[in-house]
Amino acid sequence: MDSILKINNLSKKYGDFSLENISLNLEPGYIMGFIGPNGAGKTTTIKLIMNLIQKDSGEIKLFGENLSDHEVKIKDRIGFVYDQCSYYETFKIKDNVKLIAPFYSKWNWDTFDNYLKKFKLNPNQKLSQLSQGMKIKFQLAIALSHDADLLLMDEPTSGLDPVFRSEILDILKEYIEQGERSVLFSTHITTDLEKIADYVTFINDGQMVFSTDKDSILEQYAIVKGGLELLNEEFKTNLVGLRKNSFGFEGLTGNRDRMKTRYKEGVMIERASLEDIMVYTVGGIR
Amino acid sequence: MKILISNASQEPIYEQISTQIRDQIIKGTLEEGFLLPSIRGLARELQISVITTKRSYEELEKEGFIETVPGKGSYVAPQNLSLLKEKKLKIIQDKLSDIVDQAMMLGVDKDEIINIIKILFED
Repeated sequence: MDSILKINNLSKKYGDFSLENISLNLEPGYIMGFIGPNGAGKTTTIKLIMNLIQKDSGEIKLFGENLSDHEVKIKDRIGFVYDQCSYYETFKIKDNVKLIAPFYSKWNWDTFDNYLKKFKLNPNQKLSQLSQGMKIKFQLAIALSHDADLLLMDEPTSGLDPVFRSEILDILKEYIEQGERSVLFSTHITTDLEKIADYVTFINDGQMVFSTDKDSILEQYAIVKGGLELLNEEFKTNLVGLRKNSFGFEGLTGNRDRMKTRYKEGVMIERASLEDIMVYTVGGIR
Repeated sequence: MKILISNASQEPIYEQISTQIRDQIIKGTLEEGFLLPSIRGLARELQISVITTKRSYEELEKEGFIETVPGKGSYVAPQNLSLLKEKKLKIIQDKLSDIVDQAMMLGVDKDEIINIIKILFED
C-alpha cells in the first residue's frame, strides 16, 4: 500500500526563514506528531503539504501522487484543521457548512450533526461569536465528516482545555483504529503526543532533528544529572543540551546506552520526555 | 485481563504491558487459548501508540507466552507446566539475588536473611 504522506528533501526559503531538507514518511494506520518550537517551520510545512504556498525544491507525495497533479481528488481525501479558522466569520455554523459540504464527494450530514452535538456547538451561532477552542471544534467536526484518509492538523490542541484535548486524543485513536487512515498533527503541547503518537517528527529552526517512531526516540534519549566535577570536554560530547547550577548539572544525551555503560558511578540517568528533548535540543549547551 | 500503565515509572510502556500480561499467564489468570485484544484495539483502549502494543506482543511471542494466528488474533499459548514452574522460580531467584547483593553490601549474613524470610512467611 502507498504511504499516506511521503516528503523528500522539502525546502522553502521564506524571507529570512528557510526550511531545509525536510523528509518524513507516514504509513496508513498511524499518528504522527509534528513538534518544534514556535517559528520552527511547522505551519510552513503544513502549508506546503496543502499546496497553499509553493515549494522551492523536494517532493511531496499524498497517497502516492503529487498534489498539484490531482488537487481536487487528493484534497477530497484530506480533513484539515488550521490554527487560524479560515471559514466565513460572519456566517452561522450551519450556513458555513452548507457552503463547504458540496465540495466533498463523501460528505456525511449524519456524522456532522453527531459531532456538532458531541462538541456542543450550536448551528445557529456565527463563527465570530465562537471562542478559539470552539472554532477548532467546528473545524474538526468538518474534517471528520467526509471520510477523509488523512487528518492534517496545525496546532489543534493549543487553544483547548485538558478535558477536550483528552477527548480529541480519543477521537484520533478511534479514527486510525482500522489501520487505513492516518493523522499528522503539529503541536507544542508534547504531553498529548507522549502517549498516542506512533511517530514523531521534530524540526528546529527549519532543520530536521529527527523523524522516527516515538518509542525508539524515548529509548535513545535520556536526562543525565550529576556533579559539576564530571563536566569535562569529553563528557560534554555526549550531551545535546546542558543546564548548570551551583550544585550540579542536568543535561540531555542522545545516546543513553553509551552513557549507561560508560559512566556507571556518579550520574543519574532518567527517562526524557518529549518536552525535555525539545527544550534541551533547542537550548543547546549553555 | 487487567493492564495498568504508570506514566511515572522508569520502565518503558511496552515492557509494562508485556510484564503484566506475562504475570497473568504465569499466575494462571489468563488461561491457554484466551484471545487477547487486537494490537490496534489495545492501543486505542489504552490511548497509546500502536507501535508500543505491537512491541509488547512481539516480546511475549518470542518468549512463547502467546501465539499469533494471522487474520485471527493473538492467543495465550499452551504452557509447559514444568517450564512455567521454572519461570516462576526464576522471578523469585532474580529478586533474591538483589537481596543477597544488598545484604553483602550492608554486612548482613545468611542466617539473618533466612530468619527474616521465615518471619515474613509466618505473618
